[in-house]
Amino acid sequence: MNLQVKIGELRFANPVLTASGTFGYATEFAQYVDLKRLGGVIVKGISLEPRAGNPPPRIAETPSGMLNSIGLQNVGVERFLKGKLPFLRELDTRVIVNILGDSVEEYAELAERLSGHRGIDALEVNISCPNVKNGGVAFGIIPESAAAVTAAVTNSTDLPVIVKLTPNVTDVTEIARAVEEAGADAVSLINTLLGMGIDIATRKPRLANVVGGLSGPAIKPVALRMVWQVAAAISIPVIGIGGISTAEDAIEFLLAGARAIQVGTANFTNPAASEDIIDGIIDYLEEEKEDSVENIIGGLQM
Amino acid sequence: MNDFQKKAEIIRVETLTPEVFRFTVHSPAIAAAARPGQFVMVRVEQGNDPLLPRPFSVHNTESATTFQLLFKIVGRGTSILADLEVGDRIRVFGPLGRGFTVSDDGPVCFVAGGMGGAPLFFLAKYLRLNGRRPDRDIVLLGARDQSEVKPIADDFIRLGYRVETATDDGSMGHHGLVTDLFDGIGPGIVRVYSCGPYPMMGVVAEKCRQKNITCEVSVETIMACGVGACLGCTILKSDGSYAQVCKDGPVFTTDKLAWTV
Repeated sequence: MNLQVKIGELRFANPVLTASGTFGYATEFAQYVDLKRLGGVIVKGISLEPRAGNPPPRIAETPSGMLNSIGLQNVGVERFLKGKLPFLRELDTRVIVNILGDSVEEYAELAERLSGHRGIDALEVNISCPNVKNGGVAFGIIPESAAAVTAAVTNSTDLPVIVKLTPNVTDVTEIARAVEEAGADAVSLINTLLGMGIDIATRKPRLANVVGGLSGPAIKPVALRMVWQVAAAISIPVIGIGGISTAEDAIEFLLAGARAIQVGTANFTNPAASEDIIDGIIDYLEEEKEDSVENIIGGLQM
Repeated sequence: MNDFQKKAEIIRVETLTPEVFRFTVHSPAIAAAARPGQFVMVRVEQGNDPLLPRPFSVHNTESATTFQLLFKIVGRGTSILADLEVGDRIRVFGPLGRGFTVSDDGPVCFVAGGMGGAPLFFLAKYLRLNGRRPDRDIVLLGARDQSEVKPIADDFIRLGYRVETATDDGSMGHHGLVTDLFDGIGPGIVRVYSCGPYPMMGVVAEKCRQKNITCEVSVETIMACGVGACLGCTILKSDGSYAQVCKDGPVFTTDKLAWTV
């Protein structure tokens, strides 16, 4: 049975990847997951300089989900290359580095610095960050900004470039088409939905940052809808993210047109979630008498 | 050695008060590896509500096959957990985190408030099992009333420790705060271990700073992953940077933290 999927020039052993920000740098989960079984690992987003992140409280539980405002805390590109990459390059799975920045220039420089290192197979571009040169409006909500970041990154690296889309827009297909035109090799979606919670005992926001990103099973219907819409709107591959906890969830996204999926919040409820999902996809293909996972990608029947 | 167990069986349930429970859970992997101050992540529900596992400090281990949790009902997660019975299974993984520093440099004082006695009991027992004579140590326990403080006090007394108690309502021991008792401890104490409500630990930290005594606390915070991956459980350090409670803690020396009391 074939579980391999191709996304541009990238080959993955199977469609199951772990999402940036939920799996650290993979070492943290090494005791719970057989890392070499994963299709790929997408590490925590890296910026040029280290970032401390937001004050606590950074997380809050919500019905079937959670809010986070971690604040993009990361060790910066230098310490990533020296301190984290050595372990990652020994993993027998694809390693994708998520990158983030304040300006188009920062994204370009990051892309250049991360190129040419053994062990990094692709870049995933987080465009949900605020553009400080544009009043702090997120790059990913304006098609021209999203395209500018995409072009800057693709011009600065030979690595495959996956652009991670934010759902906090009116029409995500518009953004998807803009980044496709700007040269992206693939898109991944969705990032978190903007939300908030209030503690009625203290009458204060539950997050120190007031608003944060909602993730988990609660967002799956929105994510699935967006993946389905984007897969129909563009030709480049789509990677599906959003509330995937089980193999059944993953298969819904593959049927909707995703060539691969990412598991995020589910890693917190079940550290072995990613492996369980791989096993479940194998079971499904056997039951359905499909000899390749490629047979179900885009298999939604209308 | 961390172990993700999908089915750890509850083999004993003790109802210490209508709100306080002690579970004995069968898990040789966790029992063998756990050190005082470490915690486990417990998934209280199979479905999605509540979504996240809950961290609980390891309260005790027995014969390298079982460990114990001591908890009070404070919200949805603990409420669901409290309804479980002998024979039910919970998803649990660990042990996690950095535990207490075990040191033999002189008499120690334990200061616990509310459920703070949970991890400190494991520490006290661990010290005894490793040959410590507790005759110069002192255990200070504070809680709402006698029903909450007495079971834990008895546990420490059975280990051979001297115990003083304080209750909010005066039903047992000193009528007031456990930190009042701390002012009365003799000189010669070289190390303090404390766990309990954040303001209580802040007071203990300050008093230790004034008396120049090394103090370690176990802090509590909301967690998501428990393994150091999500960066959701950070606490501010005295140098202005953030530490992760699940990985750098939950035990910290008090001078490393920025206290906001």
